[in-house]
Amino acid sequence: MITVYVPRDSAARSVGADEVALAITQEAARRNLPVQLVRNGSWGLFWLEPLVEVVTPGGRRAYGPVTVADLPSLFDGHFLQGAAHPLAQGYTQEISYLKNQERLTFARVGLIDPLSLADYRAHEGLVGLQRALEMTPSAIVDAVTTAGLRGRGGAAFPTGIKWRTVLNTQAAQKYVVCNADEGDSGTFSDRMLMEDDPYTLIEGMVIAGLAVGATQGYIYLRFEYPDAWQVLNEAISTAYAAGVLGASVLGSGRRFDLEVRLGAGAYICGEETSLLESLEGRRGQIRFKPPLPAIAGLFGQPTAINNVISLATVPVILARGADFYRDFGVGRSRGTLPIQLAGNVARGGLVEKAFGLRLDELLYEYGGGSASGRALRTVQAGGPLGAYLPAAQFDTVLDYEAFAARGAMLGHGGLVAFDDTVNMASMARYAFEFCALESCGKCTPCRIGSTRGVEVIDRLLAARHKARELELLNDLCETLQHGSLCALGGLTPLPVQSAIAHFPEDFGLSPSDSLIRRA
Amino acid sequence: MSAAGAPQASHPDWRESVALALVRASAARPGPLLPALHALQGHFGYVPAQAVQLLATELNLSRAEVHGVITFYDFFRTTPPGQRIVRICQAEACQAMGSAALSAHAKSRLGIDFHQTTANGAVTLEPVYCLGNCACAPAMLIDERLYGRLDAARFDALVSAEVGP
Ligand SMILES: Cc1cc2nc3c(=O)[nH]c(=O)nc-3n(C[C@H](O)[C@H](O)[C@H](O)COP(=O)(O)O)c2cc1C
Ligand code: SF4
Ligand code: FES
Repeated sequence: MITVYVPRDSAARSVGADEVALAITQEAARRNLPVQLVRNGSWGLFWLEPLVEVVTPGGRRAYGPVTVADLPSLFDGHFLQGAAHPLAQGYTQEISYLKNQERLTFARVGLIDPLSLADYRAHEGLVGLQRALEMTPSAIVDAVTTAGLRGRGGAAFPTGIKWRTVLNTQAAQKYVVCNADEGDSGTFSDRMLMEDDPYTLIEGMVIAGLAVGATQGYIYLRFEYPDAWQVLNEAISTAYAAGVLGASVLGSGRRFDLEVRLGAGAYICGEETSLLESLEGRRGQIRFKPPLPAIAGLFGQPTAINNVISLATVPVILARGADFYRDFGVGRSRGTLPIQLAGNVARGGLVEKAFGLRLDELLYEYGGGSASGRALRTVQAGGPLGAYLPAAQFDTVLDYEAFAARGAMLGHGGLVAFDDTVNMASMARYAFEFCALESCGKCTPCRIGSTRGVEVIDRLLAARHKARELELLNDLCETLQHGSLCALGGLTPLPVQSAIAHFPEDFGLSPSDSLIRRA
Repeated sequence: MSAAGAPQASHPDWRESVALALVRASAARPGPLLPALHALQGHFGYVPAQAVQLLATELNLSRAEVHGVITFYDFFRTTPPGQRIVRICQAEACQAMGSAALSAHAKSRLGIDFHQTTANGAVTLEPVYCLGNCACAPAMLIDERLYGRLDAARFDALVSAEVGP
């Protein structure tokens, strides 16, 4: 029997993985070849999807991007024996994009059948949870603190400190909430983790529950991820059947229940307090802080709310030890970051590496430059509220503080590349449009100012004398920055003003214009 | 493929008993309103006007609260959609790979703008902001199925199966 892997990840399916999987089965049957098909997760080498792997004595050999039309020649050329072919990529583990990564959180992604709990256990799954069950809550929190894990959802707040607050707040009922709203353009690491290794998230949430004293967890998932919804629900029911979830986690007598809830297309519900409002069944409007969710969160109870990747990184920290994790990274950015290379890059995908890589290494050595073959002009980092970095800043190191020092934001680790055909005035305009579209409506600067912003950009572009409009725009940005309750209004000036500062020519401005300001 | 012209009855008609069962299945959970709305829209294709009173009664909310929630979230619809909902990503990574041209093509191919349904009731076109397929941009969803690396030709091939040539 020959084992063949074809990913079930939705991005792989979006470019034909299901059709290829079906055709492989049919062609093998027609040729009387004994093939066992496994639907694994994606390795995140998306330019090679659908990536088909064949198990050979020397390891898994990769072919991609495979279309149904390629199959006759693959079969004729004995790809089932791992033979050479124009689409052959060699041993999967030797593909340089993958080989040079440091996959801790994504250790199993691509490797295993996402829904096989046996596969999961065979690859270090549940080791962290087993450890955690032997530890006191306080010791678990200490491990996460020592590991230096900072929230991967955007704000980079130390996870251990947040958990300590929840642990120290007395209440009859506490909650763990997973923020799976992943609304930032250019980000897909949460989606991949949930579709391609869901038990890691489940394990991380159970450990979080043990650490803070919560017995109920919710995953708030955006509706735009239907595959993740299916996989998570199936994984949760398997985890219940196997005693990983429920009244007695791994026979410990300690309870943890978990449920997935669907969002409904509101970007603002990625902000934690808005998310909690939504979970409670209300409009997703921002809550005033304090109180922090850690003290009064879901249904007014202490709540540890964390991003998917933050939670999914906890198992490896417990399994391998806090020092192991902390020894990756630079400065105050410890461990690894699953970086997402997206937009106009030749080799888009997921790169998990220790913090400290340079932007240009990612864009050119991993990404292979633009997909269009033209020069890369800018990268937006950190989602729609992140700054546009010009090529002159491609030497920026991936590290929260290094980005902040350049007035930029690393956020959830999504990098969106644009070639030299991009019009930065239209990107700045879009930033305001997006803010207007997604504003929760609670503060006037954000609700009204964002629409004004679109108009001011239009007038700035049309005006012969631009000084007045630019001054208006700066004032508006200042009002947004200081008069907004949350980062949607507060950070929209960042993409706008970075676009103007680095690409004044797209606005008909001269670089020397004294009114050009950084956000 | 659907015949041009006549609107298609693709979603079940309102039935109070069905709606009540769907809402009651969610009512016992904490924060039941969003799950109940998802269940209703999952069945009827949208949230029919009759559901507002029913939700208010069953979940002990005011009609204004229920209405406020339905209108806050883009996903919930108060009118029936076409047989298929095509959602084209408008966010930055897809813009970098030509989503504006793709969207323009889709609109002219279908003869509708965003938030509209073709005259034959086959397709509703909606914008969406990131589908997590940003490395295979531009991307779209047809109902719950994700597609990537789109261009005009691939869009036509995928959508003509729904609207006819
Ligand atoms: C407008 C806005 C949108 C956000 N969207 C997300 C999101 O989609 N996913 C996420 O994990 N965090 C998002 N955040 C950050 C959350 O508010 C919060 O910081 C995070 O869930 C905390 O988890 P972490 O500490 O593990 O990162 C958003 C914040 C803002 C202001
Ligand atoms: S800044 Fe905008 S999104 Fe944030 S609370 Fe104010 S109105 Fe709501
Ligand atoms: S930006 Fe279009 S899929 Fe993410």
